Amino acid sequence: MRIGVCYSRIRRDEKLLLTELRERDHDVEKIDVRKHRFGVHEPPAVFRDLDVVIDRCLATSRSRYVTMFCAAHDVPVINNFETAEICADKVANSLALAAAGVPTPRTEVSFTKAAALESIESFGYPCVLKPVTGSWGRLMAKIDSRTAAEAILEHKETLGHYEHKVFYVQEFVEKGGRDIRVLATDGTPIAAMVRSSDHWLTNAAKGAETEPFDLDDRASELVAAASEAVGGGLLGIDLMETPDGYTVHEVNHTVEFKALDAATDVDVPARVVDWIERRVAAGIDAPEVTAS
Amino acid sequence: MADDPIMAEDPLTGDEIELPADVEVGEIIDSPVTGAELEVISLDPVVLEEAPELEEDWGE
Repeated sequence: MRIGVCYSRIRRDEKLLLTELRERDHDVEKIDVRKHRFGVHEPPAVFRDLDVVIDRCLATSRSRYVTMFCAAHDVPVINNFETAEICADKVANSLALAAAGVPTPRTEVSFTKAAALESIESFGYPCVLKPVTGSWGRLMAKIDSRTAAEAILEHKETLGHYEHKVFYVQEFVEKGGRDIRVLATDGTPIAAMVRSSDHWLTNAAKGAETEPFDLDDRASELVAAASEAVGGGLLGIDLMETPDGYTVHEVNHTVEFKALDAATDVDVPARVVDWIERRVAAGIDAPEVTAS
Repeated sequence: MADDPIMAEDPLTGDEIELPADVEVGEIIDSPVTGAELEVISLDPVVLEEAPELEEDWGE
């Protein structure tokens, strides 16, 4: 296959993927999106004759637009624009999960400090304020008091980019100091791990400890449903365990898998490339039937 | 026989540094001299530049 890998930084994840693709003798075209121009009437020359583009852009904004151009010019891309649009935005992500009936934390969005304070007070303390775009646990605030809430909201309202004036307020979920990351392809889990930390943020990027996790039937069912809710593809699905069962807080579309590869016995890049090969062979617009 | 090590000039200090044998264009290397992040711009010739600062929308 001729495979284009769009990137702007080669992380360990991209390196694992590139190595696996090359070892299988695929013709890999590395596409540094910073060096290309994307015309509205025709796709960039580098996209021609590719069987598939793999979007591995580190910057969410670039990921959204690259997949948008792929969609506009009928260039097969993993993941597709629809999925990128949903996963790139926490509001769209939460709406998709809620609409699909996937348990997800109670969340409210507001546009002024006063309205956000009402959300915060109604959830009670602690609660969580998140940026609508972002990753790795950055700019997340666990709010423990009204005075903290007022200060954080004022900072966001005064100093922030316009997106920071979209206040995404979420109930605080007691997750027992850990959450679960599942890497899935069209809803079928490839590998799963728990991420544990004494800090309330348990992102691997924040240094959380990781260990393999065996998914039970309910977790697998929610992974499939969450994947379908955002349009399927190669996804990182995050779940928390609560006394009432699992809740899915996020689905990531340019998923990092180096931590999973290290934490589990699964050869993650091999499984990912297995799926890419099957998807391309079957026609990229035909997602695999989700496991149930 | 092992390949010759890939050497490059640290763009911040001018020191000669060794790169991993499987280094890729686009990869980020931590400078062994300063710890700064350096981006591999090309391999023939080997060129490093100071890596871009973290942007707000980076991630997964």
